[in-house]
Amino acid sequence: MTLQLVLVVAAALFCVGLYGALSQQVIVMVMMGLELMLNGVILAVGAFWWFLAPNPDGLLLLLVVIAAMTVEMAMGFAIATLLHRSKETDMTDMATELSG
Amino acid sequence: MLSIIIFSALAIVAVVSGIAVFRVDSMARATYALAVSFVAVGVMLLMFDLDYIGVITILMMVMEMAIMAIYMIMFMGMNPALMPMSMVHNNRWSAILATGTFLLLAGGAVLVPWPARSGSVGTEDLTMALGEALMGSKMLVMLTVSPILFATIVAALVLANPRGRYDRWGDNLQRATPDDPQQGGLGK
Amino acid sequence: MTGEGMNQAWVLLAPVLLGAIALAGAALNGALAARAEGRPALSGSARPMLEVVRLMRQRRRVTVAADRLLWRIGGMALLVIALLKTAVIPFGPWILADIPVGLVWFNAMDVMVWAAIWLMGWGANSAHALAGGYRFLAQAASYELPLMFALVTPAVAAQSLRVSEIVDAQQSLWFVVWMPVAFLVFCASVLAFSAWGPFATAASGDIAGGILTEVSGVDRLLILAGRYALLATGAAFAVALFLGGGAGPLLPEWFWTLVKTLAVLAVFIVVSRRFSGVRPDRLAEVAWVIGLPIMLLQTLVVSIIVAVRG
Repeated sequence: MTLQLVLVVAAALFCVGLYGALSQQVIVMVMMGLELMLNGVILAVGAFWWFLAPNPDGLLLLLVVIAAMTVEMAMGFAIATLLHRSKETDMTDMATELSG
Repeated sequence: MLSIIIFSALAIVAVVSGIAVFRVDSMARATYALAVSFVAVGVMLLMFDLDYIGVITILMMVMEMAIMAIYMIMFMGMNPALMPMSMVHNNRWSAILATGTFLLLAGGAVLVPWPARSGSVGTEDLTMALGEALMGSKMLVMLTVSPILFATIVAALVLANPRGRYDRWGDNLQRATPDDPQQGGLGK
Repeated sequence: MTGEGMNQAWVLLAPVLLGAIALAGAALNGALAARAEGRPALSGSARPMLEVVRLMRQRRRVTVAADRLLWRIGGMALLVIALLKTAVIPFGPWILADIPVGLVWFNAMDVMVWAAIWLMGWGANSAHALAGGYRFLAQAASYELPLMFALVTPAVAAQSLRVSEIVDAQQSLWFVVWMPVAFLVFCASVLAFSAWGPFATAASGDIAGGILTEVSGVDRLLILAGRYALLATGAAFAVALFLGGGAGPLLPEWFWTLVKTLAVLAVFIVVSRRFSGVRPDRLAEVAWVIGLPIMLLQTLVVSIIVAVRG
């Protein structure tokens, strides 16, 4: 279990999420892609912590990443709810115009 | 040796269920495939001696997936029957970009000469040390994250709430009890 | 037997003991139900075993276009979650997995119950089942924050997340004496995550049984047994967290743990028959506006006492 192996796995998760975030049309599926990307980031941060500098101060980055993921999810769902309420749609392509 | 086997199994579970999120036929399956991926990453974190954070990741992510399933069904209105669904745009270029990024990152991970480990985990309780760091020397992180989380709660409620103060309490904010479609337990 | 051998035997014994305690709870519930209907109590207490036999023979029902994979996973999950929870509960000197974050593990497992019950509601492809699943999620979002703070309070008092250290920290004074609010909130949350008593709206009769609508046969048996198993393991954890674990005069620790667990389980079953069902939408406001501040005050009081004690 070397750092390289874990980072390759984290990169794989990140890129699967990237594919989803770029290609999906439904807002909630885009958010699931973003969650996978942050999943990869969490694994990578944990790996860097364990293999390079395992002192407790470094774990704060992990907590901040988890907090950022929570914030992103909450705001994403709020915006998706608002979009659905005003335009009756949940596709990203329908949300490209600012008015009308 | 055993740790490499366990880690590889978890890694395969995480990546395959991550791919499955975008391949399965039903929204609930997509949501819970993502939950499986997160649980696998949580268990991998447990293998790095990150007990508290690993279990917290599992807890938070399963809770989040349960709530996300509600939103999924609310927006997409599907029934549990399995229907092939593939709603993508720009599929080819997304796949090319994702694969390119993976080659870049994985190549970097393998080829960069990482420094040696500095310091050791030590025998103290990691959770206690993390808590003391968060509340002591790194209090500024806590001070910054707290208003961010609070602002998120307020902003999400403001964005999602269809009824404002004047809808609930009347034009002069004079009503005794709020006019909600479903009354809460306390009549507030 | 040596201590080592007994620890290994405990791995096999723990599920059996959990099943026995759950069966005892079911028998008590059956006896009370029979008494309420005017039948002799003993026939009522035999009902659970007869139900087990009946459900094992019954044909499994499958609905049209059901999501079989998710449905069956949800059905099996309750028992598995109850077993995983028992892994961190000390029974006298024996414990399956005394992980350093046992308390958080318990909390993580009862969040898995959210997923399990929603999957049961979704997988059946039935409107009543889905309504039951959504009712449970609404009630779960209400009780979860007070439950988390109720779990944090003994950890603050014992200065550890390890369950055995929390049990050891109660040698002078049981935690229930100086954190009664946390104890009450924890017991209410055990009822809530087992979908039992006043919190059983997910499986109640006004939506034709809710999550239990379309299940029959061995699936139904697993779900009903899972609910009783969750009650039993919640009672055991309440004993470890608040009632001093195995502390008691003369007799060995495992005996006192067993007695206290059975007593708490009996209280759960007897008391919850007195309450009518709580509507999840009304529970949300009560839990967040009244329950959460009181729980936070309790945690504050405990933290101040611990800080002053040094």
